[in-house]
Amino acid sequence: MTALISLRGVQKYYGTYHALRGIDLDIKAGEFFSLLGPSGCGKTTLLRTIAGFEGLSDGTLKIDGKDMSGVPANLRPTNMVFQSYAIFPHLSVAENVAFGLRKSSMSKKEKSAAVKEALDMVGLGGFGGRASHALSGGQRQRVALARALILKPKVLLLDEPLSALDKKMREQMQVELIRLQRQVGITFILVTHDQEEALVMSDRIAVMFEGEIGQMDDPETLYRAPNSRRVAEFIGKMNFLTGVVTTDGGTVSVDVAGLGRAELPASQVPQGTVPGKVSIGIRPETLAILFDGETTQRRVVDATVSEVVYYGDMTYYDVRIAGVESALTISMKNLIGRPVLDVGAKTKVIWDERSLVLLPA
Amino acid sequence: MKGSGLKIYAIAYLLFLYAPILLLPIFAFNDGTIIAFPLQGFTTKWFGELWTNKALHDAVGNSLFIAMMTAIFATLLGVCAARAGAMASFPGKKGITGFIMLPLVLPEIIVAVSLLIVLRQVLDMQLSNWTIIMAHVLICTPFSIAILNGAFQNIDPALEEAALDLGETRWSAFRLVILPLVVPGIISSMLISFTISLDEFIIAFFLTGSNPTMPVYIWGLLRFPASLPVVMALGTLLVTLSIVLLATAEYFRRRGLARAGIKDSGGFL
Amino acid sequence: MARFRWGQSEGGRAALLMAPPFAYALLLLAVPLLAIILFSFWTQDFMDVNTTFTLDNYREIITQPIYGLLLQRSLYVSGCVTIVTVLLAYPIAYFVSFHVDPSRKSIWLFLITIPFWTSYLIRVFLWKVILGYNGVVNSGLMGLGVIDEPLTFILYNVNAVIITLAHAFAPFAILPIFVALEKIDRSLLEASQDLGETRLSTFFRVTLPLSMPGLVAAVLIVFIPTIGDYVTPELMGGAGGKLIANMIQTQFLALNNAPLGAALALVAMICVTAISLLFVFLNRRWLRGRS
Repeated sequence: MTALISLRGVQKYYGTYHALRGIDLDIKAGEFFSLLGPSGCGKTTLLRTIAGFEGLSDGTLKIDGKDMSGVPANLRPTNMVFQSYAIFPHLSVAENVAFGLRKSSMSKKEKSAAVKEALDMVGLGGFGGRASHALSGGQRQRVALARALILKPKVLLLDEPLSALDKKMREQMQVELIRLQRQVGITFILVTHDQEEALVMSDRIAVMFEGEIGQMDDPETLYRAPNSRRVAEFIGKMNFLTGVVTTDGGTVSVDVAGLGRAELPASQVPQGTVPGKVSIGIRPETLAILFDGETTQRRVVDATVSEVVYYGDMTYYDVRIAGVESALTISMKNLIGRPVLDVGAKTKVIWDERSLVLLPA
Repeated sequence: MKGSGLKIYAIAYLLFLYAPILLLPIFAFNDGTIIAFPLQGFTTKWFGELWTNKALHDAVGNSLFIAMMTAIFATLLGVCAARAGAMASFPGKKGITGFIMLPLVLPEIIVAVSLLIVLRQVLDMQLSNWTIIMAHVLICTPFSIAILNGAFQNIDPALEEAALDLGETRWSAFRLVILPLVVPGIISSMLISFTISLDEFIIAFFLTGSNPTMPVYIWGLLRFPASLPVVMALGTLLVTLSIVLLATAEYFRRRGLARAGIKDSGGFL
Repeated sequence: MARFRWGQSEGGRAALLMAPPFAYALLLLAVPLLAIILFSFWTQDFMDVNTTFTLDNYREIITQPIYGLLLQRSLYVSGCVTIVTVLLAYPIAYFVSFHVDPSRKSIWLFLITIPFWTSYLIRVFLWKVILGYNGVVNSGLMGLGVIDEPLTFILYNVNAVIITLAHAFAPFAILPIFVALEKIDRSLLEASQDLGETRLSTFFRVTLPLSMPGLVAAVLIVFIPTIGDYVTPELMGGAGGKLIANMIQTQFLALNNAPLGAALALVAMICVTAISLLFVFLNRRWLRGRS
């Protein structure tokens, strides 16, 4: 299967600032793809090079097999939803949506039918006559979507489209965007700094740091098996311990500071693992507190509660274990009958070799 | 209250600002040739004299022509500079902008004498309305830029990109998106430039040719006590005209802000 | 390294757009300014200009006391006008920024700017009517019985020039101060009061230092142009109120001595610029000394 969008060795400089440092990327047709990273990592620059607002300093960009060098934004089969939405303030909602149809061969009637259809699709049926400055944030975003999708682009580019909305609205729009993408079948490329948003919405995610792609995978792999400490830190919460890997024939085992030795199943061992020092990541939800009266078949280690943060449905504990300098964070669901421990309480922490994520030291 | 004390001061200050202007109509309608109290009685004859004064009509005609040309050219240059100002930076941009804005703080007499030297002594040109227009464009452009900067910088740069993204070229994006949003600023800039040029005396006095502009003509009249009431009548008309022009300029400036969906926060400059 | 391509990068297109106004300013401002510098080193030889380099004009300016006197008086008048204008303007700017309802701010600014745009010559002349022997002030004061005979120290002298110029430049001072005051985050003032300052000490410790850029702009925008005004001293100054600008005008238009006029204009410009730079420098040091 050939890629719809294909980048090879893409470099971008602003003066002496190196914004993109060799990006190789293939995005398939119909994919919901996210560029995720902290601010300044180059994700927006990458999106804007695909849109045609920024030229490449080096490398190639192909869309649908065609080289895009020298092709200006107005001639590319991409459309964009801007972070500020960029709704034309002097035009009505319908005029905004119809903006890109100016040069099309459609008749007036066909155009207004297309506008109506696009507005219906984003849930703004009947809003066509409204003045655009009278819209709420969520409505502006829908107009921006309709305006871009009416042109039936091969790729829809979304630059932090949800960052200006409040939390409730954001969650609602996440679901709607997924539904919309499935409905139209167009490739979506989303730029976001919100890892949760990326995990919820994407088929695949590229995590970017300082102009490079750190890891590119589907959300589950990205969460369960980050390939580096910075990816692990950026996505979700992660405890870090040190460990030493030893190999013996086909089996790989690791001696984790404070927890002890564990033999790793083959699926937990990243390719190219060699004996020596490593960093061990442990997600808070893969550890557990052993409450009074409960029993476990798994391994346990003595611990002291040093911090309790109560979230209602969850409680986050920081615990200290012998031989480890920093506290470990453990998240526990507040199931029926389960107490909330106090700071200073002596307890046991349950762990398992499947809790361990091997990372380069 | 602290605020009310300030308010009284503010009103007194406004009175100080308006004192000369308030006197204008009083003497314009005063039936006496001496501009002093006590008043003599009501008359409209000074306005009548305005209608029959051929020299005055010529001067007003010159001034209107100069002001119109100045408004057009200063605003054209202002649009270029303000548009460039809202775009990405380039080496030396700050210095160049500062230099273009320099006439705003330069004493007008310096502009006047330096231009006079170049035009008369170096180029040996005849002084005419066009020499005044050249100088007025120079001093009005910074005002035009100041007004248009507000208009251009209020525009989200993503709007132009959105137009490009939706298939427009750079030029059609400017025509369809940027221009409609700055038209009120352009009108406002033209009206302000027109007003400045119409009223400008210091430079015009140096650069005027054989046909005086209106302020230069008024300057001549000020020496003859007999013609002073006519000057008062003329002044009354000019003040009325200025207020109408400025109110229109302000109206368009505000409409521009409303169009761009921005709350009003200040006035000119 | 990225190449800087004219017309392709946005910066390049901005530069192309900036070119026409820049070229205009170069031709009609930079070239003429260079020309008067050149002229100031030449001399007038009856109808012709003698283009041999000489310092004669500057020598004459230094040796003839009249020029020094006029220059000194001009700087004194400009200084007074600046102080009076800015001091009177600050409370107005403060009032409009802090005590006027936001929806009515622009109407206040509009009212303040209107008189400034209306026939400068006639406005100056009307001050003569207000301050004159039979003028509004004297008639009023005599009518009220405050004085028995007209005051004479308010017309045809330096005082009259200062009053008139202070009136003419009022909006120039108000607007920059207003803009600076508007930029002040109001929560800073609340923070200051929360930390135990009174309203008055908040003003001196927070508001005034933060509005300083506007104050400096106001001072410069009043001080520099006033040196070039010859209308007000001509109409209001009488014999003892003439300023350097009148002399420059006379040299150019009446005495046809452009080189001497050019030298005078340059000397005046240099003095004003030097004082302005000194003021900006001292102000920066004062602000830095406080923080």
